Amino acid sequence: MTAALSLQDIQPGFADPVYDAQRIFRRLMDAMARPGRIVDIDADIVPPVPGLEGLSAIALTLLDFETPVYLPRGEIGEALSGWLRFHCGCPVTTDPQEAVFAILSVTELLPISAFNSGDPKYPDRSTTLLLACPALEGGKHVSLTGPGIKEAAHIAPSGIPDSFWNEVMGDRSQFQLGVDIIMGTSNAVIGLPRTTRINEES
Amino acid sequence: MDKVLSQYTNLQFVEYAMKNDVSVEVESSAIAVRQRAHGLIAKSPHEMVRDLFDRIENLPNIKQVRPTDTGLIMVRGKVGGDGARFNLGELPLTRAALRIDGGQVGIGYVAGRNSDHAELAALADAMVQSETWGGVLEEKVLVPLADAVRDKKTENGRKAAATKVDFFTMVRTRKEK
Repeated sequence: MTAALSLQDIQPGFADPVYDAQRIFRRLMDAMARPGRIVDIDADIVPPVPGLEGLSAIALTLLDFETPVYLPRGEIGEALSGWLRFHCGCPVTTDPQEAVFAILSVTELLPISAFNSGDPKYPDRSTTLLLACPALEGGKHVSLTGPGIKEAAHIAPSGIPDSFWNEVMGDRSQFQLGVDIIMGTSNAVIGLPRTTRINEES
Repeated sequence: MDKVLSQYTNLQFVEYAMKNDVSVEVESSAIAVRQRAHGLIAKSPHEMVRDLFDRIENLPNIKQVRPTDTGLIMVRGKVGGDGARFNLGELPLTRAALRIDGGQVGIGYVAGRNSDHAELAALADAMVQSETWGGVLEEKVLVPLADAVRDKKTENGRKAAATKVDFFTMVRTRKEK
């Protein structure tokens, strides 16, 4: 984990770290304030893993030396690991309980209960999941209710297994504890904070 | 028999250690070359380094891997070998990371807020790793800098030597009495 970075393959991050991070952060706040709304992320970066532009930009925005990050195993994780360590200086962890952020792909999901759902005294210390989806439309329909949503919102991100939604519903039952979720593609995200309740549509 | 065996084992061990030392040296020599180049540039005045780089024709094209930025580091000190570490003070530090034509990535850390100085240190770090540019850098930049450092050291030594007081005279006088 503390092995020296091989710098030869490191790709550049944000062209202007301050303004780009502020721009992405603003979009992310919108996404979290209006759960279920598809928010565009115009990430002007070339991430080490193609197709992860949006989530990589969010990772560059949010991660720093105080936020251990959990990465998927295999090539994706390795490529992201060096890149994020170089640009954000964040520790990479293999322990989901220790992770403040976790980058996951829908093909390699961990049970939500594996991640840190916070402490009753400090519920903010839970893990935030950054979930890479193939698309934010065309999948199974679920409806969302809760703060920031008038009546109900409907989303249908593709590639997400049914078991995942069941786990999210289970996770929501332990509110105020629980994980916050950001689902993203290369250019858009949906925020699913822990206040959002999820109902399956028949 | 036991003795012979133990000697033999020792010999083998020495051989093994020597082999290992050699391989460690080969790897660390590449690092040492980079450290020397980086040290010479980071410790020399910016104007001198800039001037030397300006004399090289056709410098490699560079692309920044991370924008050059300045931050503060905490310098920590220790009194004696066993003292507890304490915070000596903060030091502004500028860092640069860039890639040159051949794909080599160089990083530069320089005390102070001069971003050009840090970028030159990074450029040198990248060039020293490249077969194409290593020789040019050595000849046009590193050798003059090393000479300047040596001259400065000799000069300082000469100035210090001029103020040397010979206490033996007093001792000798006292003995003669």
